[in-house]
Amino acid sequence: MILHELISYDVLRVIWWALLGVLLIGFALTDGFDMGVGALLPFVGKTDTERRMAINTVGPVWEGNQVWFILGGGAIFAAWPPLYAVSFSGFYLAMFVVLAAFIVRPVAFKYRSKRASATWRSSWDWALFVGGAVPALIFGVAVGNVLQGVPFHLTETLYPMYDGGVAAKFFGLLNPFALLTGVVSLAMLLTHGAAWLALKTEGNVARRARNIGTVTGLVTIVGFAAAGLWMAVGIPGYEMVSEVVANGPSNPLYSEVARTDSWLSAYTDRPWIVIAPIFGFLGSAMAVRGLRSTSEVGTLLWSKLGIFGMISTVGLTMFPFILPSTVDPNSSLTVWDSSSSHLTLFIMLIVTLIFMPLILAYTAWVYKVLWGKVTEADVTANSDTVY
Amino acid sequence: MELDVVELSRLQFAMTAMYHFLFVPLTLGLSIIVAIMETVYVMTNRPIWRQMTKFWATLFGINFVLGVATGITMEFQFGMNWSYYSHYVGDIFGAPLAIEGLMAFFLEATFVGLMFFGWDKMSKVAHAIVTWLVAIGSNFSALWILIANGWMQNPVGAEFNPVTMRMEMTSFFEVLFNEVAQAKFVHTVSAGYVTAAVFVLGVSSWYMLKGRHIELARRSIAVAASFGLASAFSVVILGDESGYSATHSQQMKLAAIEAMWHTEEAPAPFTLFGFPDQEDRETHYAVHIPWAMGLIGTRSLDDEIPGINDLEARAEDRIRSGIVAYDALQTIRANRDTPPEAAVLSFEEHSADLGFAFLLLRYVDDPREATDAQITQAAEDTIPTVWPLFWAFRIMVGLGFAFIGMMLYFFYRASFRGMQFPRWALRAAVIVIPTPWIAAEMGWFVAEFGRQPWTVDGVLPTALSVSHLGATELLLTLAGFVTFYSVLFIIEMGLMVKYIRKGPYLDVEETEAWTARHEHRLRTHDGNVPGASGPSTTPAE
Ligand code: HDD
Ligand code: HEM
Ligand code: HEM
Repeated sequence: MILHELISYDVLRVIWWALLGVLLIGFALTDGFDMGVGALLPFVGKTDTERRMAINTVGPVWEGNQVWFILGGGAIFAAWPPLYAVSFSGFYLAMFVVLAAFIVRPVAFKYRSKRASATWRSSWDWALFVGGAVPALIFGVAVGNVLQGVPFHLTETLYPMYDGGVAAKFFGLLNPFALLTGVVSLAMLLTHGAAWLALKTEGNVARRARNIGTVTGLVTIVGFAAAGLWMAVGIPGYEMVSEVVANGPSNPLYSEVARTDSWLSAYTDRPWIVIAPIFGFLGSAMAVRGLRSTSEVGTLLWSKLGIFGMISTVGLTMFPFILPSTVDPNSSLTVWDSSSSHLTLFIMLIVTLIFMPLILAYTAWVYKVLWGKVTEADVTANSDTVY
Repeated sequence: MELDVVELSRLQFAMTAMYHFLFVPLTLGLSIIVAIMETVYVMTNRPIWRQMTKFWATLFGINFVLGVATGITMEFQFGMNWSYYSHYVGDIFGAPLAIEGLMAFFLEATFVGLMFFGWDKMSKVAHAIVTWLVAIGSNFSALWILIANGWMQNPVGAEFNPVTMRMEMTSFFEVLFNEVAQAKFVHTVSAGYVTAAVFVLGVSSWYMLKGRHIELARRSIAVAASFGLASAFSVVILGDESGYSATHSQQMKLAAIEAMWHTEEAPAPFTLFGFPDQEDRETHYAVHIPWAMGLIGTRSLDDEIPGINDLEARAEDRIRSGIVAYDALQTIRANRDTPPEAAVLSFEEHSADLGFAFLLLRYVDDPREATDAQITQAAEDTIPTVWPLFWAFRIMVGLGFAFIGMMLYFFYRASFRGMQFPRWALRAAVIVIPTPWIAAEMGWFVAEFGRQPWTVDGVLPTALSVSHLGATELLLTLAGFVTFYSVLFIIEMGLMVKYIRKGPYLDVEETEAWTARHEHRLRTHDGNVPGASGPSTTPAE
């Protein structure tokens, strides 16, 4: 096939790096409010009906939203196989915990209201809480670890190896900086969930959501700023020292990498990227403001902008690194040396260009059909059929 | 790399995959049955069909959600437990997995919410379309995952790249139109249809036995029997297609399934029963059907199907050729900028056998230093354990023919005997509910265990595919999965039984009003059913 030469390898790599970001952000924007609602559940709903109101705001959509997560996995596999191989085996037990959360969550949605027993329902409510809060926290912890670098190296034959035993591998993830990023991520998704509930419910549930969302929104802003400061003074960065071969083969060992004082030098090299953290702060601040006023749609949109800004901040700051290695910087995975082949990237791009607009179109249609608030009357009238 | 990590990873994969596949077949088939019922509702406007649709959709939902929950594990497991595999073939294998997400998962998952919650938010036709989209989405998902799995059985359209140390795609079309993948797709999807048909038939028969929800039960039996009959034929015919495609792509698997130790003169006989003996390489007390194997496997009278002993000898040759490839590869990698011409040529000639050299890594660090004994041993490793394959296959095939018989019977009674079923037949239909699952699990066992010792046939041995993990981690997660999955299974079964006992949600007033309006048009050819009760729409004869 010659067709794929139409787009050069380095351009495709940058496109796929951006698409990786699109997927992660898509996941946070959609499934993010489902997780937020789950984690807020015990606090916004005091009675069974109130909880059912909250659950049914996401009832018909969480399943589609969750596919952003699944597609994230699939797309990393297809476009960045070494990243897929190294990260999921390296964060093995953490991944297992995330999987566990993502296994109980669907079941909890579906089965919760299928029996009337109060114990049955409150057990599933806790499952929804865990299923929302735990992944939100772990994803943030993972980002914190990626920023600090991960203790892996690749052998001559590109076999990914990890340093440290089981305990070191798991508890090593829970270092102070990573816990901070974990809190930011949790607070961010709680705020997003609160913004969603403010839009889709009314009465007590909406009021409580607005109150909690205000607090978590402020935590997000403070935490994001604190993480930035910490990165300026305490977290070393990485840089490529050998010449960048953007079109080269995907073998991470061919390039040389060194540590630098800080990731933040990226902001002197590429000053325009400062727009990302600005969006992060602006969106979160405006979301808090919206939660304090009567704004509904606006609040959710601002919250989305905030999430978009914060996640892009991480990606843009690290570029071209994707997964740096602490023990053997040369093994670090970068945009230029850990992608799929030219042909595979091209084919996957075509497929994405065909299906992504379709997906966005029908998803928008579904949200339109479901537009409107979930009221107490809805839940009681359809008690047998809704969640 | 300790061996126990390999064993544990295999166990974990087998367990989670087979568990996932408890829910998959019912999703594949029931989604279509529900869509058919809803279509009838849209066309006839009879409330009973809407009630049927909603009832079966409730059971579909209970099952579907566990399919989703267990599928998530599958998506990430390759990276978690099979990281060298992921690196080595991700360039090819990852693509269908990602396309599955884009094309199938989004479709089914986005619309499944509307399917359950959108009844009064849209027109009837729009809702029926949504239901069809869910069904189409799940069937697309089977297509893409089986293209991925089919590639592992028959790795076409790819080539090893010495610089990146992995397989890379050379032709997407070959991967897509891989004959093994196509055969697997139609066979597996039909298996799902059979599963759902047997399920609907069984549950409905139980209602008939109990004299409950007769109207729903009969119509459901009519749908299930006709849909099931078509699928039962297709699962057998297309299973034969799977066998045929294995004849040229996976000869060792085929020989093991047949316990064919020696190459037989064409056309080879089919061994109906027997006791395969791996040590003596013989099948004791074998009952043969002359010619059958040759005809099924090659569709000709004079093509030979090679036996296990011959294939082992061929594997030994390929291992030796693989060592040459391995040697050339080392030279090329050592002189990255200017690889010597001779090495490049030699690699080109032997690279197809590179995977065979990797089989030696179990015994030596450098395949070039392998002794003759080790080479012989590695060649023997290419023979999977025969007896479980032999029996699993026969159980699947036996059940396949039994399903045809069963569906024929119910179809006949439903169409030509006025929907009258003897009680023994109804009881039997209830009892056989689990059997399609057994057949399907046996099928996967044959396909996957028969591929051993390879994850990607002839390319990458299973022992080399695993992640750098400790046995402790694997044991922890294995224990976690077993606990989780067992609890979920119990809860799921509990809810299924609860909702089957509860039966459909019947809107009495609506049904009676409809019947009153249409009485003049209603005809029926069935008599009074014993115990028929409740808000029946059956007019008196
Ligand atoms: C022949 C069919 C088939 C096979 C072999 C597999 N699956 Fe599956 N899978 C389905 C057919 C299916 C389905 C019928 O489409 C499911 C079942 C229930 C559902 O929601 O969709 C599904 C669900 C499902 C989901 C959840 C999708 C969602 O949220 O809608 C994921 C992530 C996977 N699968 C991934 C896998 C992987 C990685 C597999 C292989 C290793 C695999 N499946 C084997
Ligand atoms: C006469 C009947 C049948 C024949 C000849 C047959 C043949 C086969 C063969 C040869 C394979 C292995 C393909 C491979 O190794 O790649 C297979 C796999 C499989 N079979 Fe069957 N089969 C039959 C009936 C059934 C039935 C009744 C079911 C389930 C209801 C079923 C479900 C499966 C499944 C799920 C697989 C694994 C997926 C695949 O490899 O296609 N089969 N079958
Ligand atoms: C479509 C995707 C796949 C499905 C549905 C599937 C299904 C199965 C099933 C049902 C088994 C049980 C058979 C047995 O116990 O031997 C199995 C076993 C196994 N599968 Fe797959 N498989 C898939 C893809 C893969 C992939 C990608 C790998 C790659 C690493 C893999 C590796 C294995 C291994 C190592 C075993 C254990 C074999 C054994 O214990 O003998 N499979 N798989």
